[in-house]
Amino acid sequence: MAMFILRRIGVMILTALCLTFIVFFLTNLSPNLEKLAKNQANARMTDEQVVSWLDNRGYSDPVLVKYGRWLGVLPHYTREEGGEVVYSRCANPGTSLEEAGSFCGVLQGSWGWSTVFQDDVLSILAVRGNATAWLMLFVMLVMVPGALLLGVLAGMREGSKLDRSLSTVSIATTATPEYVSGVIFIAVFASSAVGLRWFKGTATSAIDDITFANFTLPVLTIALYGMGYIARMTRASMTEVMTAQYIRTARLKGVAFNQIVLRHALRNALIAPFTVIMLQFPWLLNGVVIVETLFNYKGFGWTLVQAAGNNDIDLLLGVSIISVVVVLVTQLLSDIGYVFLNPRIRIA
Amino acid sequence: MEPLTWTGTMGNTLDPILGIAATALIVTSILAIVVSFFTTSERVVVNADGTIAAQPGLGGLLTKAQTYALWAVLATIVAYIVTGIVVGWQGGGIIGGMVRAFTPVWISLVVLFVVSFAFKRKLGLYGKLFDSTIGMIGFGLVMFWVFTAIWSGVFDLISTHDPLSQVSGMKNKVPGTPYTGDEGEYPFYLLGGDNLARDVFSRMVLGSTIVMQIAPLATVFAFMVGITLGLPAGYYGGRLDTILSFLANLILAFPVILLFYLLVTPEIVATGLPNYMALALFMFPLVFAGVLINSRYRTQPPTRNLYLGIAMAIGGLLYMSLIMDQSSQIAFFRLWPGFLDLFDIPGQVLIVFVSVVFVNSPTVYRIVRGLTLDIKTRDYVAAGQTRGETPWYIMLWEILPNARGPLIVDFCLRIGYTTILLGTLGFFGLGLPPESPDWGSTINEGRKLLSVYPHPAIAPALALLSLVLGLNLLADGLREESLRD
Repeated sequence: MAMFILRRIGVMILTALCLTFIVFFLTNLSPNLEKLAKNQANARMTDEQVVSWLDNRGYSDPVLVKYGRWLGVLPHYTREEGGEVVYSRCANPGTSLEEAGSFCGVLQGSWGWSTVFQDDVLSILAVRGNATAWLMLFVMLVMVPGALLLGVLAGMREGSKLDRSLSTVSIATTATPEYVSGVIFIAVFASSAVGLRWFKGTATSAIDDITFANFTLPVLTIALYGMGYIARMTRASMTEVMTAQYIRTARLKGVAFNQIVLRHALRNALIAPFTVIMLQFPWLLNGVVIVETLFNYKGFGWTLVQAAGNNDIDLLLGVSIISVVVVLVTQLLSDIGYVFLNPRIRIA
Repeated sequence: MEPLTWTGTMGNTLDPILGIAATALIVTSILAIVVSFFTTSERVVVNADGTIAAQPGLGGLLTKAQTYALWAVLATIVAYIVTGIVVGWQGGGIIGGMVRAFTPVWISLVVLFVVSFAFKRKLGLYGKLFDSTIGMIGFGLVMFWVFTAIWSGVFDLISTHDPLSQVSGMKNKVPGTPYTGDEGEYPFYLLGGDNLARDVFSRMVLGSTIVMQIAPLATVFAFMVGITLGLPAGYYGGRLDTILSFLANLILAFPVILLFYLLVTPEIVATGLPNYMALALFMFPLVFAGVLINSRYRTQPPTRNLYLGIAMAIGGLLYMSLIMDQSSQIAFFRLWPGFLDLFDIPGQVLIVFVSVVFVNSPTVYRIVRGLTLDIKTRDYVAAGQTRGETPWYIMLWEILPNARGPLIVDFCLRIGYTTILLGTLGFFGLGLPPESPDWGSTINEGRKLLSVYPHPAIAPALALLSLVLGLNLLADGLREESLRD
């Protein structure tokens, strides 16, 4: 087991390195750097001025060197004039050149400076990530019990009326992407055109104060899309368990149907959905970006859109580290959890 | 002119009927579910004369009622359509006008369903689809949008106005508003105007053309890539498998939206990266076709050379036309002579296409690899190996045909997923030009004024929903019917 986890962590680190390098490479392509220079200094710079601006800040070095610096395994770029350091990448606005160390990469805990928000990347991510964590928490609270209930009810009597209706419902929710259900929800429950006005169409105020009115629609929108998929997996697992020998034995023994479902079938039927729920995290991330944009909730996904839209390289890299790590850790947890939950699988 | 109501005069009789039928359907459905908890399904009753009879009981009665209610709802909908075709907007309001506009689609659908139903026993899996209600509903929804795309995109029949023209006085108007532009045009904006005073209905109809052009083709390409890589990875295993699976997991671990934001920007298009990716990804169909033909006719060199030559000539020409671009910034992509460059795909569309293929192919790869791992242990594969067939013959002509069931089902689901992805791209304003009528971009534009004027965003949202739902139901029907073998 320890070997398995160690090997998985090794592969995970390799994957994370590859992925961050891809993001680094794509954000540091020359047209992006040119845009950055023009954004930062002067929109009407000539090509020579752009090149010298980039040269003076170390952007023109080979991409592997830049990546090493960003990671914190190579000393950061400094420019010396007459034996004196006049520019250091490590010096954020507000810190003097002397204070700045020579290594300032991700490994040293320095994630860079956001050009859009004019703030330290790590502190932006902490605030925004916290906002999204609340959203995720409520989504999970709605989605997981809802999906499991749908799946177990549909799967306990395969082919019954209930099964057919609930399966159609879950197909319908998987066919409704967030931007469709969100638009429909806002139009029906929040617009003046229909006139229900039960909830608010934006979640901007939910950053400070989560209320039923401003948080219901975003949470429902994300939860619905994932719910159908988990419910279908749960149903498949439940139908499989319900045809197992020991369930038949219990039936023949005369155990009541609800006792069979609750005490015998449920525990074994919930192993497969566990992995599915863990593997839903990457998709939730997708939904979070869409919903936070649609409802103007200033969380992690909203930050991603802002960073990518304005080519804020450091912030974009920070966002991608977080999302890649979330995805990889949930994959690892789902594998380990599966082994723990299912005694038939033993990994040496 | 008076603004149109939703159903006009035909609604006076049909609306109450639909209301009653729909209420009956909902009530009977809920009752049937509730009752199924308390009663057993069917009871066998022994009569006094020794015969036995099945007694449907309360549950059976409700099922019967539910079926009748469903038929009533369907019949009312058909009545709406038929009346609408006959009376148009003059008697049928907005619904009537829309139904009349869709006339070519209805005719095509009826012809298709009648022909398919008549020959359903001779049509294999496709024919069996017509045994399942769910599958038929899904197929109908999908074909509705396919025919809409064909009739409006190729013959320009369905849309009532130009999707790009802006007419003063039509900004944000509600559905059914009379047209204030030139005489002689269609006299109404059936689904209202958007915030640039364009016709929402025409944009929705023409949006289907864009989705239908990109989504199925991108899915085909993703399948080619996934199959060409997944078969050898599953069949040979070993180091090849390890490397390819690592790469597939790498792409799968990437949050899709982040990837799109990094790839689908004008700056990236300027570097020529989409062309390089197209160069690599579009190679796979060519390789696939080549290997397919070669492995089949390996023992008959003249036939092989003929078929391979034809395939490679046509495929090569298409491939070169696809990736080469005479107006490209990079000299390499202008190498190909202009008279052989049949068509140029705009860089923005190409990058959308390439990124959708790129995101989808790892999942297809994993499915194909899994299926191959399972099928390669079968006896007929061993028989092929003993006969001395080449590995590629076994992979493409023994394993692949036997993996077709799950692959066809996944193909339907994946077109739906690709449609969702395209919508996501449009939703973030990435890729396609902002005035493009595709559904994602239209939703993106409409969402800014959503709480005041919801109709410009609702129409494309419902269109996308119905297409993806149709594909999902179709996949479900196919799965059930193929499992029945």
